[in-house]
Amino acid sequence: MTLLDQTPILRVDNLSVSFRTDGAPVGAVKGISYDLVPGEVLAIVGESGSGKTVGSRAMIGLLPDTAAVTGRAELGADQLIGMKQGALRRVRGDKIAMIFQEPSTALDPVRTVGWQICEAIQVHRKVTKKEAMARAVELLELVGIPDPAERVHFYPHQLSGGQKQRVMIAMAISCDPEIIIADEPTTALDVTVQAQILDLLHDLKDRLGTAIILITHNMGVVADMADRVAVMYQGELVETGTVNQIFTDPQHSYTRHLLGSVPYLGRPRPESMNTPAERIGKDVVMSVNQVCVDFPGRWGAEPTHAVKDVCLQVHSHEILALVGESGSGKTTLGRCTVGLQQVSSGEVNVLGVNIVTAQGKVLRDVRRRIGFVFQDPAASLNPRMTVGDCIAEPMLIHRIGTKEERKARAKELLDAVELPAEFISRYPHELSGGQRQRVSLARALSTSPEFLVADEPTSALDVSVQARVLEVFVRLQHAMGFACLFVTHDLAVVDLLADRIAVMHHGELVELGTRDQVLRNPQQDYTAELIAAVPLPDAVEQGKRRAIRRAGRAE
Amino acid sequence: MSTLALDTADFGNVLQPASPKGKFRLPGVALIQTTHGLQRVMLLTGIVIVAIFLIVAICAPWLAPYGFAQIFQPQQAMSTTHPLGTTVGGFDVLSRIIYGARTAVEVILLAVALSIVVGVPLGVISGYLAGWLDRVLVLVMDALYAFPSLLMAIVVSIMINQGRSGGFTGILSAAVAITVIFVPQYFRVTRNATMAAKVEPYVDAARVAGAKSPRIMFGHILPNVSQSIPVLMTLNAAESILTLAGLGFLGFGIEPNSAAEWGYDLNKARSDIANGIWWTAVFPGAAIVLIVVGVTLIGESLNDVLNPLLRTRGGTTTADEQELVEVVETSEEASQTNEETSQEEDES
Repeated sequence: MTLLDQTPILRVDNLSVSFRTDGAPVGAVKGISYDLVPGEVLAIVGESGSGKTVGSRAMIGLLPDTAAVTGRAELGADQLIGMKQGALRRVRGDKIAMIFQEPSTALDPVRTVGWQICEAIQVHRKVTKKEAMARAVELLELVGIPDPAERVHFYPHQLSGGQKQRVMIAMAISCDPEIIIADEPTTALDVTVQAQILDLLHDLKDRLGTAIILITHNMGVVADMADRVAVMYQGELVETGTVNQIFTDPQHSYTRHLLGSVPYLGRPRPESMNTPAERIGKDVVMSVNQVCVDFPGRWGAEPTHAVKDVCLQVHSHEILALVGESGSGKTTLGRCTVGLQQVSSGEVNVLGVNIVTAQGKVLRDVRRRIGFVFQDPAASLNPRMTVGDCIAEPMLIHRIGTKEERKARAKELLDAVELPAEFISRYPHELSGGQRQRVSLARALSTSPEFLVADEPTSALDVSVQARVLEVFVRLQHAMGFACLFVTHDLAVVDLLADRIAVMHHGELVELGTRDQVLRNPQQDYTAELIAAVPLPDAVEQGKRRAIRRAGRAE
Repeated sequence: MSTLALDTADFGNVLQPASPKGKFRLPGVALIQTTHGLQRVMLLTGIVIVAIFLIVAICAPWLAPYGFAQIFQPQQAMSTTHPLGTTVGGFDVLSRIIYGARTAVEVILLAVALSIVVGVPLGVISGYLAGWLDRVLVLVMDALYAFPSLLMAIVVSIMINQGRSGGFTGILSAAVAITVIFVPQYFRVTRNATMAAKVEPYVDAARVAGAKSPRIMFGHILPNVSQSIPVLMTLNAAESILTLAGLGFLGFGIEPNSAAEWGYDLNKARSDIANGIWWTAVFPGAAIVLIVVGVTLIGESLNDVLNPLLRTRGGTTTADEQELVEVVETSEEASQTNEETSQEEDES
């Protein structure tokens, strides 16, 4: 590797961070060391809470007062840890810039993007307002924003998510920093936008020679971007290596586990996840007929059409995946099928009942036969109820069984989702994310529903935990045989468990077919684009795809 | 400590039907452990002051040298028979103060309990159901809010008892008068919290399960919006003492023969001050100031402790870390056994 021969611009040596809390201090980062050479992309990967973000923020003094930082981080001749605030301010933005995860909150909503870029420039460079503005336009052009001279006067809300992230990148490179820390730069974005932003970062790195510290949990992004990878686990750096070493020959057990649990789009699914085709019935459990959902616009504005004229059927025992990017109307449609969202026109039939017009006892009866799993398990379980009460609640509402029977059933369900029975008296906040989502699943299944809607059930979870939750989910689906509408944006997960796939785009149903038809042989351009945008967790494969993309653009 | 435990336990049971019964800890102890420095001093001082007043209120008949309505020679100076002297009406000052604590505590508890019982459910219903009911209730509550509180209390007191009365009805009318002032506060706080809580996924989850509105409102939302109530409760308690004393001072309080009341005594002591008889005014006044300070100290420090914005907590729980270790270990074991079996297969 030629990269390793150069002198590093950043040396991190034995960096530790601990937080003061009400109890004992909590060590978030425990003595990590690494070097960064000019022009390389170092990916720091790990689960949430592994200390990957905290460790990088510590270098530029972006941690709360409760944090105690020790160790060394040398940027050239400067020692960053323990540096005075004033001196650190000169480093921040000038030598080290940062790109945040959520572009919509990282930009000031009451200032134009041009103003914000100018501010970043004028803090570090003695230039006039006019020169700074000219530079801002230049930067916006560099990051690929169309009509930069006009857009420079836009406010953040006038730009799309991807454009906002481009503005963030423009701000980050405004003073030609030596290092950019990109903290999950694409996590909040859709896959197609993610692919564009990753291309942009690649481009800039090649053109400007900036070193990038890429903090991410997405192994696909790592395979796409990184030269070297540092794996963090529980605050420690367990493994560092080139991207090929990590993907082909991981040394640490955690790395192996992490790579093993990443769902891989296009790979044959493991034995345990396969549904025998003959199981899928012909009876229609849920059907959506020409459903439209409009959200009223502001005064005078056109109403937003969230769902346009969608027809869809779910058969018994099958998992139908509803995929699409944010704003495609997939969640809205999912909520319609259980009556959480009123439809503007059309018909939603669930288990033979038109849920749009059903009321009172009929509606309650049909709801007993429906389950719903929410996206965020932390928010969907009542924090004031024990796990047992949460699971038993649907049974209590529908007056099923005695108190003892309900308790016994709750224990049974906990066992079914592979949680110990003593969890019955715990509270949701005492559980981890994956455990909570399994409790949420147990609750949805407590009345033995015939139809289950799962709204992004694993997108709030880390990959290694997600794998286990999905396994439990599929096993239970096979055992209990409920039909399922699985709403998600993650095509790799879809590939793992769906029988049929429906693709939505701007409120319309674009494509509908079996898993193989849609993922292996897409008929619509949009579907093909969506599939191509998913970064594969394989450095070699992803390298090939990038070369093809680049060649395509060069033509 | 005991007083705080009593406060939150009393109302906590009403407000939090789903409170952790399995491992119930004395709420006060855990609360004090989470405080630091000045905050803890404030909280402890408040608790000690309130505790003393509660003990005095409960043990009044044994602590007071005489009855509150017993009449002696008026305007005696401090002596061994009358440690704090006597008033212009011939009452023993010390006994009146001790019995006055009892009246104050009764009125506070009654007023705060009544306002919670009325204001909180109204707030939850109004916030959850929204629509015209919400608009009407908000309008009424805002109108109540706009009145000067003491004027409002006087009007209500006149409506109930034509101004003055004796015994329990006097305490009740004072409490109701104070309740009318406080209901809008509880209403607003719970209504706003309900509006925020009703869009939470766990409420959706209950709706999907088929729960009816009352169950959602009082089984799911109420326990989650009740956190801000203890703070409001203690701050209101301080205000209610002042309102009670104000009512008594203006002559709309409780008859001196049916209960001892500090505001009434202060009123009667007005003429004494000019004559150099200071003890009849200073001691009831000091009693009012002391209990208001005590309750306010608790309220302010509770606000600091319970307000989540002012607290520091870690992002991920230890449960998350444990789970990760578990999955990594199990996958490790699985891969090992796989290797072993494959080796065995190779050998065979």
